[in-house]
Amino acid sequence: MIRAENLEVTFGAGTPLENRALRGLSLDIPQGQFVTVIGSNGAGKSTLLNSLAGEVLADKGQILIDDQDVTRWPTNKRAGLVARVFQDPLAGTCEGLTIEENLALALKRGQGRGLAASIRREYRELFTERLARLGLGLEKRLGDRMGLLSGGQRQAVSLLMATLQPMKILLLDEHTAALDPKTAAFVLELTRSIIEEQQLTALMVTHSMRQALDVGHRTLMLHGGEIAFDVAGDERAGLDVPDLLALFSKVKGEELSDDSLLLG
Amino acid sequence: MSSIAFFGAVESGLLFGLVAFGVFIAFRVLDFPDLTVDGSFPLGAAVAATLIVSGWNPWLATAMATLAGCGAGMVTAWLNVRLKILNLLASILTMIALYSVNLRVMGKPNVALLGDETVFTPFENWEMPFYLINPLILLVIVLVVYLLFVRFMTSELGLAMRATGVNAKMARANGIHTGRMTILGLALANAMVGLAGALFAQSQGTADVTMGVGTIVIGLAAVIGGEALWSTRTLARWIFACLIGAILYRLAIALALNADWIGLKAQDINLITAVLVTLAIVLPRLKQIKANGGQA
Repeated sequence: MIRAENLEVTFGAGTPLENRALRGLSLDIPQGQFVTVIGSNGAGKSTLLNSLAGEVLADKGQILIDDQDVTRWPTNKRAGLVARVFQDPLAGTCEGLTIEENLALALKRGQGRGLAASIRREYRELFTERLARLGLGLEKRLGDRMGLLSGGQRQAVSLLMATLQPMKILLLDEHTAALDPKTAAFVLELTRSIIEEQQLTALMVTHSMRQALDVGHRTLMLHGGEIAFDVAGDERAGLDVPDLLALFSKVKGEELSDDSLLLG
Repeated sequence: MSSIAFFGAVESGLLFGLVAFGVFIAFRVLDFPDLTVDGSFPLGAAVAATLIVSGWNPWLATAMATLAGCGAGMVTAWLNVRLKILNLLASILTMIALYSVNLRVMGKPNVALLGDETVFTPFENWEMPFYLINPLILLVIVLVVYLLFVRFMTSELGLAMRATGVNAKMARANGIHTGRMTILGLALANAMVGLAGALFAQSQGTADVTMGVGTIVIGLAAVIGGEALWSTRTLARWIFACLIGAILYRLAIALALNADWIGLKAQDINLITAVLVTLAIVLPRLKQIKANGGQA
């Protein structure tokens, strides 16, 4: 169970550029729930994600993971509880390291690291088996540098890396946005199947309303650092993209005017 | 070139191979431009020479010098990680401070090791030309350090350190304490440089407070030159390239100084080094520009 209470984050407080990115946002995510998050630029999607990950520490409010208060924990300390896939395929992996070295790094997420060899035969077997399931032929390229892979391949490996170790929540930060439509669809389907198979608790930020409705159990829309609406279950099942827009103008009393939010 | 000059160059090449390992950690693994080495090299020499003169076992004195270098690296990293001082500036601060520290350690600008027992002394009576003995002992030491170093860099900790330098955000997301990795890395780097300084003092028979000037440039020349001439395909080869680069660099300098017709003198070494490093950095880029049809 992930609980965020009255989260407030302000960037550049007291300066002319003051930006209240989160304004007392509260959110509960029960174990095993897959939540999708939409919202226009500046709505607070990334800040919410970064607060959960520990990259941004909240000014006010609390974050509890399984009743443990992690509000002041930095990213590396939270890593045992939180796994993450970044938007930029370059950001989630180490370009100069090989595929197996990247996987070996992720295999020790949230665990101590010592002087034992980082790559061992049993690890290689695990990596080969997991990579083979991607169907990209990467299991034969364990020793290739990550930089040789395409963006889609790298996102697929990032996803694999994030899910090698158990976590309390998986954070997906518009992880298909930088990919071409076909590759994006492949990575999204992969995401869906991994989350379902391992019954993960996940929070996926997306730019696409279609995507937000197509996967997961629950959809949040953020606006101005607050939750504009939160739909799940039967209510959500009946929704289509135009319904989302209508819902937004009903709640907020204004039209959504942002080209960056993909309607399709 | 005489055998004496040749093996003399190999000997100092092996010593600077250790410096190159340290520079490799800072510049290649952590992406931290660390000038501390200009201070930690003479620090290692000063500590080892002073302890040996006051009667310490030379191996123990060398170990202490290595620890001293380790401490110097930790200070630089601490200034950067904890006090948020720009990495280059942090290393310059430590380097400047070490000049005073080194004078304090020795109590004077230089210490001579005349007739004192060094790590090389027990092997002096070996039946082989005298100019081969030191290079041989150093070769063994450097190879041992090399094997331990490669083993460390491929360990879980070593991998975490490499990730810290390449992609700190990703490293943190995987639970790596990047600040701690920087401290550990610079400690290790300067420990090797301190060891090099200690062995240098013992092979040359003297420690001098000015002997560190330009150490960083020689180390860089070795790393960059080695990369250009040798393979960087695997980590073990890449690190070995640093050693090869150091030896070839010292040989090239010795050759240049030996060729009378060029007219170079010993005092020109720093100028030659600076020119060589510049060329080594620029040439691969020129090659690339040419390959891309004039586009950078």
